[in-house]
Amino acid sequence: MEIIESVFVRNNLIVAFAAVGMVMWISYFLADRLTNGRIHGSAIAIALGLLAAYFGGVATGGNTGVADVALLGGIGLMGGGMMRDFAIVATAFGVHLSELKKAGMAGVISIFAGVIVSFVVGAAIAVMFGYTDAAEITTIGAGAVTYIVGPVTGEAIGASNEVITLSVAAGLVKSILVMIGTPLVAKLIGLDNPQSAMVFGGLMGTTSGVAAGLAATDPKLVPYGAMTATFYTGVGCLLGPSILFFIVSAMF
Amino acid sequence: MIVYGVALLSVCLILGMIVGDTLGVLLGVEANVGGVGIAMLLLVLASNSDRFKSLTHDAAGSGIHFWSAMYIPIVVAMAARQNVAAAVDGGMLALLAGVAAVAVSFALVPVLSKMGKAPAAKGEEA
Repeated sequence: MEIIESVFVRNNLIVAFAAVGMVMWISYFLADRLTNGRIHGSAIAIALGLLAAYFGGVATGGNTGVADVALLGGIGLMGGGMMRDFAIVATAFGVHLSELKKAGMAGVISIFAGVIVSFVVGAAIAVMFGYTDAAEITTIGAGAVTYIVGPVTGEAIGASNEVITLSVAAGLVKSILVMIGTPLVAKLIGLDNPQSAMVFGGLMGTTSGVAAGLAATDPKLVPYGAMTATFYTGVGCLLGPSILFFIVSAMF
Repeated sequence: MIVYGVALLSVCLILGMIVGDTLGVLLGVEANVGGVGIAMLLLVLASNSDRFKSLTHDAAGSGIHFWSAMYIPIVVAMAARQNVAAAVDGGMLALLAGVAAVAVSFALVPVLSKMGKAPAAKGEEA
């Protein structure tokens, strides 16, 4: 047992490749047999990943899901920002410039619209829950933008730790919901071509959510959505502690 | 050589990240602004240009294709390392804020997509 544990921990990235491979195999098997291919195998795999992350987090009390389980530590590296970004960039291989140009302007507008709309919705809900302090309302609104914009904004404008934690939770809910919800609503919102994928990426903005949501819908759309989504957090960090905070301050 | 493609991909990501971080500093925000997006643009430009043919064709191209195909497994690993427990613990406020933001954003996708199509269609007529 000790030998196995030591081998697993020493080779954790390799263990992660094997573990994820098995999860993928099971997921595609289930998608084929149980749903007749109606649900994408990758959607099931992502849902299983989130479920495992929940139990991993509850069991270890850590904040990186199943990667806090010692034997599965390699999941942390495999699913970390470095590998995610590397693979996302690779999906752009074979994309034609003309497709990008077609949605260029709508893509840019969608980034700003997405940040502002999510912020307003989050801030409105903070007000509904009885928050009256401008810094607190702004931080929770920023959390609804993404779980990175929330703490960056909160720290910049001096919000309390509890509110910052709350803003991270709101951002996490958003990201997870985009992962699970995108394949379910894709048809309804016309998410079936590069242009709408770029608009989708700009509006949603959560890179993880968009990356997983599009992968579970149609992997061909991934590069287009990811392209705009990666600008969103930056724009959010730009607007949150500045213009958006000033507007909220003027109102409360 | 497969590694040529992998190296091109790596250089694109590193350059994109440097530009993204620099943009962040210039704009005074503590974040990388579009680094991955810029890296993707660089790769698109390289793969559409003849000058980089030796880095994107044949075996070199399969080095990039490999990482592109590893994308979904990596995303599954990414899902497995999310802080789902914290999201569940966030309570009603966090849940409502997240759900409402996603619902409104989903609803806006068809609206903005149409906006993008209208001027393009006009351009095709002219």
